[in-house]
Amino acid sequence: MWGYLSSPKFLRSALPAASFLVLLAAIFYLQPRTMSYFGLNLMLQYAVPIALATIAQMHILMVNDLDLSIGPFVGLTACIGATLLATNPVLGILALAGCIAAYAGLGALIYWRNLPSIVVTLGMSFVWLGIAVMVLPTPGGKAPVLIKAIMGFKFPFIPLPIILATVLALIVHVGLMHSSYGAVLRGTGGNPKAVARAGWSILKSKMMMYGTAGFFGVLAGLSLIGLTSAADAHIADRYTLYSIAGVILGGGEFVGGRVSAIGAVLGALTLTLTGSFLIFMKISPDWQIGAQGAILIIVLALRALINRKEA
Amino acid sequence: MSTERKQTVRLEAVHKSFGAVKALVNVDLKVDAGECLGLVGHNGAGKSTLMNVLAGTIPSDQGIISVQGKDLAANYDVKKAHKNGIRCVFQELSLCPNLTVAENVRVVHKSLKGFGWKKRSRTLIKDKLDEIFPDHGIFTDDVVGDLSIGKRQMVEIARAFTVTDDPLHLVILDEPTSSLDSSTAQQLLDYVRKAVRNDQSCILISHLLGEILNYSDRILVMKDGEVVAERPAADFTRDVLVADMGSKIEAESTLSSERSMKVRNTAELMVRAGDKQQKDNIELLAHKGEIVGLAGLAGNGQAQMLLQVYDTAMKGKSGERVDVQGPVALVAGDRQTDGIFHLWSIGRNVCVRSFRNMVKNFLIDPSLEQEMSELWKNKIKIKTPDMNNNILSLSGGNQQKALFARALGSDAEIVLMDDPTRGVDIGTKYEVYDLIKNESDNGRTFLWYTTEIDELNNCDYVYIFRDGKIVAEIPHSELTEEKVLQASFEKGA
Repeated sequence: MWGYLSSPKFLRSALPAASFLVLLAAIFYLQPRTMSYFGLNLMLQYAVPIALATIAQMHILMVNDLDLSIGPFVGLTACIGATLLATNPVLGILALAGCIAAYAGLGALIYWRNLPSIVVTLGMSFVWLGIAVMVLPTPGGKAPVLIKAIMGFKFPFIPLPIILATVLALIVHVGLMHSSYGAVLRGTGGNPKAVARAGWSILKSKMMMYGTAGFFGVLAGLSLIGLTSAADAHIADRYTLYSIAGVILGGGEFVGGRVSAIGAVLGALTLTLTGSFLIFMKISPDWQIGAQGAILIIVLALRALINRKEA
Repeated sequence: MSTERKQTVRLEAVHKSFGAVKALVNVDLKVDAGECLGLVGHNGAGKSTLMNVLAGTIPSDQGIISVQGKDLAANYDVKKAHKNGIRCVFQELSLCPNLTVAENVRVVHKSLKGFGWKKRSRTLIKDKLDEIFPDHGIFTDDVVGDLSIGKRQMVEIARAFTVTDDPLHLVILDEPTSSLDSSTAQQLLDYVRKAVRNDQSCILISHLLGEILNYSDRILVMKDGEVVAERPAADFTRDVLVADMGSKIEAESTLSSERSMKVRNTAELMVRAGDKQQKDNIELLAHKGEIVGLAGLAGNGQAQMLLQVYDTAMKGKSGERVDVQGPVALVAGDRQTDGIFHLWSIGRNVCVRSFRNMVKNFLIDPSLEQEMSELWKNKIKIKTPDMNNNILSLSGGNQQKALFARALGSDAEIVLMDDPTRGVDIGTKYEVYDLIKNESDNGRTFLWYTTEIDELNNCDYVYIFRDGKIVAEIPHSELTEEKVLQASFEKGA
């Protein structure tokens, strides 16, 4: 039993959960009143859109690409959600579906022309931002009532963000880790040549993954306006880096198709908690990004130590 | 058993060219049901290309591909090959390292889906592993990246023999025993015989001639993209196989044996490399003005030897195992990754090794750079109107010339060459041979790794590598292709 618990394989998979729990324990110690329904709800409510964006990023990383446009993309969908979707639901849904199709198209373009995803998505980030500013030139708009109702729902005993994060992690985990096509998709990241030799279409895999990323990006934008009630083109600019950090914190790697859905959601929760942690530490919010970086470095250093033990 | 056996696969008049290189020329191949075909040939003989064509991963330019009597040549691809029962274990492994053993099985079997696919996949691969490699010690939920290279190969081989709803007629094994230890290799070869008894077929590619002779029914010998011999295995011996792989024509040599003898016996020693303690290992020696060839099958330690010599010379101190007297320069064979600077001009690419000697007042003197570019442009005839053009404006052969100019224009007394004429046209090759000869007359030493046996004719002395060791040495006067092949392939079983 102890042998299994101290094996590198177990330690590596337990690291995301452990870092989340350590941070949570530190917050409870600093401010015991957060250990309540209300406290957890308040601290974790913004974890839902971040977790959705992180899951979107994870699908891109899984096929050895990187998405530098997910933040502005979430911002765009938030703007569409707060304007078009609220005033004309049919047109709004069509516009959001168009966003997802555009993402799948990007995946196809990147594979077909063998372009570096970093360059394409960096360019697209300005496109998304530009459209968002056109849709909603000044901060404002109004979130649809239904979305606000969902995000504001008071679930008995367990705070809603925890429920949503758990459901999200489980659905994606089953879809990628347990389904038979999920294995092929992950294989596309591990050894694309081998998967192609087995007669699978890499183009289809990439389009699937980019499309799914677009889908979760849309959900992130909608859940975000459900919390803020209004939108702004720049509302989610930070999400690009959050999402990458979340995947990596959660045990994912930049190449090789090694990702974990449960880990990615835990990573997103951990990143969200650092904000509260720093406030309770009485550190100015200006330092927040730096402190999140520090936590990332600590977790990655621990992972490197575990890997060294293995080697 | 009837004497007329069913035909599994027939290839007829298959051609394949990569640019100007003819990889396959009019190749015929047939495999009957219940037969194991051995396929041998030296580096670049076309074995792997032929197998890729058969497995559907490389389309052929023309020719007939028929499986079980059905002509499939039109739009033949991997899917079609798999559907018609052809599987291939490729030389470089085709497993996804991030997936488990069972998930990797799923990747090749479309029918493993729906509820309970993982369980079926586990059973499928476990039973096959147990059957081929008893006591394999592999768990079906192991992540492939965590397995040793030998175990990965076992998984890949077992996976090729698993059957779901598509039939299995032919398994191609390309160097299957290269990372297996001798007892697992034995288990595999025994299994191959068993599969063949059950009317399945195999194509076995191996550089271990003993394996081929003992385990195949019929042997096909390839050379330069053509089939040069095909007979029942019983009609072959090791020596006959080796003789068939070699060519009958002796290429002309630019060197005289007297010169080679003189250099070896009288010139000063420049490079000494090799572990004297290691058993059966010959020490590599290179003298001033000598052209030393490093031969053997590709990837048997020749490139590592060059790098060892290079590292030692760069550190400036000679160790126990490698001793180098004088500065070195390296000519890379893989131009695109190791050789050229893509964004630089031709002149820059030629001069980069010599910049240190062109510095004046902390800056590179442009006139010296210009001078050197022009000198080498004329000296080795780089075909360009202007040396300031980008290096990529040159043809492959001329890019390689620029790399030679970089090494020869430097102060290096020892030039290391890593298969430098790879993918270079024949005209440039001969120019390069002359260049090397002239430079060696001027006292430069060359260590020349080549995969082409013909090129060894331009060497004063040849060392043959096998499994990271030097197993034979041949002076220029005694060099024959047969001798090189004999030493390159392992003796015995």
